[in-house]
Amino acid sequence: MTTAEAVAIAMLLDWYEQMAVIRGTEKAAHDLFLRGLVKGTTHLAAGHEAVAVGASAALRPDDYVFATYRGHHHAIARGASPESCLAELMQKSTGLCGAKGGSMHLTRADHGMLGSYAIVGAHLPMANGAAWSAKLRGTTQVAVAFFGDGATNIGAFHEALNLAAVWKLPVVFVCENNKYMEYTPIEAVTSVPNPAADRAAANGMPGVLVDGNDVVAVQHTMSDAVERARSGDGPTVVEALTYRHFGHSRTDPATYRPADEVEAWLARDPLIVARQLLLEIGATQADVDAADARAKAVVDAASQAAQAAPPADPATAFTDVWADGGAAWRT
Amino acid sequence: MADLTTYRDAVSEGLARELRRDPTVVLLGEDIGAAGGVFKTTAGLFEEFGAERVWDTPISEQAIVGAAMGAAMTGMRPVAEIMFSDFFACCWDYLANEIPKARYMTGGQVTVPLVVRTANGGGLGFGAQHSQSVENWALTVPGLKIAAPSTPADVVGLMASAVRSDDPVVFFEHKGLFASKGEAAPPGHVVPLGEARVAREGADVTVVALAATVPLALAAADELAGEGIDIEVVDLRCLIPLDMATVLRSLEKTSRLIVVEENPYQGGWGATVASVVADEGFEMLDAPVRRLAGENVPLPFADALEREVIPTVAKLVEAVRRLASY
Repeated sequence: MTTAEAVAIAMLLDWYEQMAVIRGTEKAAHDLFLRGLVKGTTHLAAGHEAVAVGASAALRPDDYVFATYRGHHHAIARGASPESCLAELMQKSTGLCGAKGGSMHLTRADHGMLGSYAIVGAHLPMANGAAWSAKLRGTTQVAVAFFGDGATNIGAFHEALNLAAVWKLPVVFVCENNKYMEYTPIEAVTSVPNPAADRAAANGMPGVLVDGNDVVAVQHTMSDAVERARSGDGPTVVEALTYRHFGHSRTDPATYRPADEVEAWLARDPLIVARQLLLEIGATQADVDAADARAKAVVDAASQAAQAAPPADPATAFTDVWADGGAAWRT
Repeated sequence: MADLTTYRDAVSEGLARELRRDPTVVLLGEDIGAAGGVFKTTAGLFEEFGAERVWDTPISEQAIVGAAMGAAMTGMRPVAEIMFSDFFACCWDYLANEIPKARYMTGGQVTVPLVVRTANGGGLGFGAQHSQSVENWALTVPGLKIAAPSTPADVVGLMASAVRSDDPVVFFEHKGLFASKGEAAPPGHVVPLGEARVAREGADVTVVALAATVPLALAAADELAGEGIDIEVVDLRCLIPLDMATVLRSLEKTSRLIVVEENPYQGGWGATVASVVADEGFEMLDAPVRRLAGENVPLPFADALEREVIPTVAKLVEAVRRLASY
């Protein structure tokens, strides 16, 4: 084995393990919900791991990421600990957002993960703003907005693409096309076959399709788009084709999806795809098993620690409305 | 006598002072660059500060306010212009769901130091979609600070505070005041957010006003003085923070209070003021709290119709007369 081959194996093993940690965290969230320990709702990203991990692998630590209410994978890929995410879902004081955000608003701002937004499409203009800011400050930072296929039919998407092109912003728009806006097939409500990529040309920017279940392909495609943005050549739309393993949200059993379709996509689970590739390029089954075991240990410890953490302090309901830390609205 | 300036020029002066002071301040909006703004409230700024500080945008209100938010989260102090406040409806998601909640729902991880400026209010015959007073829209959302100056000096002073604030500020410039004149702001003028001003001292009735209803109240005061009714006019300057201490102090003196507000009676800001007065000032009151507000109809075009549905000096004079003799 050459050094280059060894490095490639190590890198892919690392990505595989990150995906396994995300998968494990999503399963833990699901189980904790069924045990009544997670309230509200969750929009699990199991199945989407390769998009988050592949994209993050193409970014610098100081780049900006904006995600959606289906955003656990992006938070973890940008360095939020599984424990802090599960604690947030379980309303614990140790939660990533102090239990004031919940599943739909995971944020790790000190790692450039500037939030998960639950109004569809709202964060694309924000990503423009972060990219504009980078340009104004003369940094070479890039901003990435991840969004679902459903977001491609909302006004903010179209406003954002146009402005990004006009201002030549260092931004990458990444659509996680999982074929269903919520319960409705995206193709039934969209004028073009590829809801994000096909709209890129109308805004004078490249639109690229990528296999969103192949972490290596995502990393390659994102590297090109990020490099283009960083070097001042403007925005790109990347449409990653993927599939969610759970329903849209906690209450959705996803019975509207044909069984053969589900089966075909589960066979192309991003973890299976990565595992196969690892073995092809020379990793051993023992390497893969060890990565799985490490991921399981991380998630088990995270779940236990999150469950053991103290609940959110009711007094914090009145903190952090304003920058002075308080909530005073009158004299 | 100090130099006089217009409210309109005070807007560009206030912005220019902040642009000169702080290189992270940037402006964005429709027609604000070389065109100087449709109300000429950014006149001269493009020439002085250039395209790197004053950014023309497409007609994309969501893209404008969303970009301001993203820039504010990452080290800039953007000032976005929404041409007419009616257009807040086109970017309401950002003002209602995103900007005011980002800090709170991330547990304090994110700071959004931005200003959204807008031309607000009626009286100019612009019809139902370009004349509304929508300061009450902003008041429905915890997490936004709200400024609405009534004088040129306050425009400059409140603009300084708004731009320097680490909290998001919605800044209402009243269209009916653009041509009005007042003393120019002295150098370094800063008016803190949330400090009301007693615009006229009086003993008989407290009139709580904001933006264009302040000069309206002062005009009514002159008329009422001739009848022996001495009103105190409180210019709130801001709705959030709301300076109820100044209002209640005034009520202690007068025992009678009327709010004059241009937004509709239904859900208008005066209802919040009145409810606090009812709750905390009840024992000081010698008469019911009154509200002179916009009527609960869309704004009509014709002058004669529009006058019917927004506060006027004559309506306020009549309302104060009744209140004084209650």
